[in-house]
Amino acid sequence: MASKQELQVAQKRELERKEETTIPARIFVPSADIYETKDGLNVVLEMPGVDKNSVDIRVEDDVLKVDGKLDFSKYQGLQPLYTEYNVGHFSRSFRLSNKIDQGKIAAELNDGVLSLMLPFAEKAKPRSIQVS
Amino acid sequence: MPSSPRQQVPWGSNMIIGFADPFDTLLNLQRSLEATLSSDWLQDLTPSRGPFPPINVFQQGDDILAIIELPGVNKDDLQIQAQENSIRIFGKKTIGYPEEASLHRRERVSGEFDRTLSLPVQIEPDGIKAEYRDGILALFLPRAESDKPRTIKIT
Repeated sequence: MASKQELQVAQKRELERKEETTIPARIFVPSADIYETKDGLNVVLEMPGVDKNSVDIRVEDDVLKVDGKLDFSKYQGLQPLYTEYNVGHFSRSFRLSNKIDQGKIAAELNDGVLSLMLPFAEKAKPRSIQVS
Repeated sequence: MPSSPRQQVPWGSNMIIGFADPFDTLLNLQRSLEATLSSDWLQDLTPSRGPFPPINVFQQGDDILAIIELPGVNKDDLQIQAQENSIRIFGKKTIGYPEEASLHRRERVSGEFDRTLSLPVQIEPDGIKAEYRDGILALFLPRAESDKPRTIKIT
């Protein structure tokens, strides 16, 4: 079972953008799990330090874009002595297929983990056909 | 108790040089965090069973603040034990998928963790405060009175 294995730290991946940003700071890609159930797709993103008022989720041109802003003012007055990870805003986008009902996406944030539920559009749901 | 020469110098005094407000911008914060990546402050004092979770250690006045990223860990699954110069953080992170779910992408890690942070300074175990919010564990570690730097008046 996976739980007996030693937990490894996943190095944060920096976001690669086509466009340059105007803010001179590094943006990181949140780790994601994506799984499908019969009702839709679930996207789970890890964004430690981001509270629910700092998350921006939008769908534009079939692209789901999630931005999480980190409140780094908490770091004011602190002097780093020893560090193992860097901090920054989070951003990640996913291209949606037309199977998703884009108007019914729901989101929930718990303990730094954002869960998105992307329900399938009615026509995309599997259905059994009765033989008459 | 003999004090080591290291403690006569305020921490970090030689680590951030050159800017008045080190955290003026996020980029400056990121740069200063990078500058202390695996600094020798903890030397070889981190006996641990694996490097998870990742820890950042800061100085706040005379005291120490450890900030640990633990997204998705339930507060009840997280335990902290403190001694005068070490902190043990252990627990488990569980990720549940509903049955019949088919996995498309799996980047998050889960399992048990157990990590001990040994500090090169004495802390006051009774004064430790822990706060877990938005997947971040903040440990406020007050430095023991006996260990604080003292100003000596020349008479």
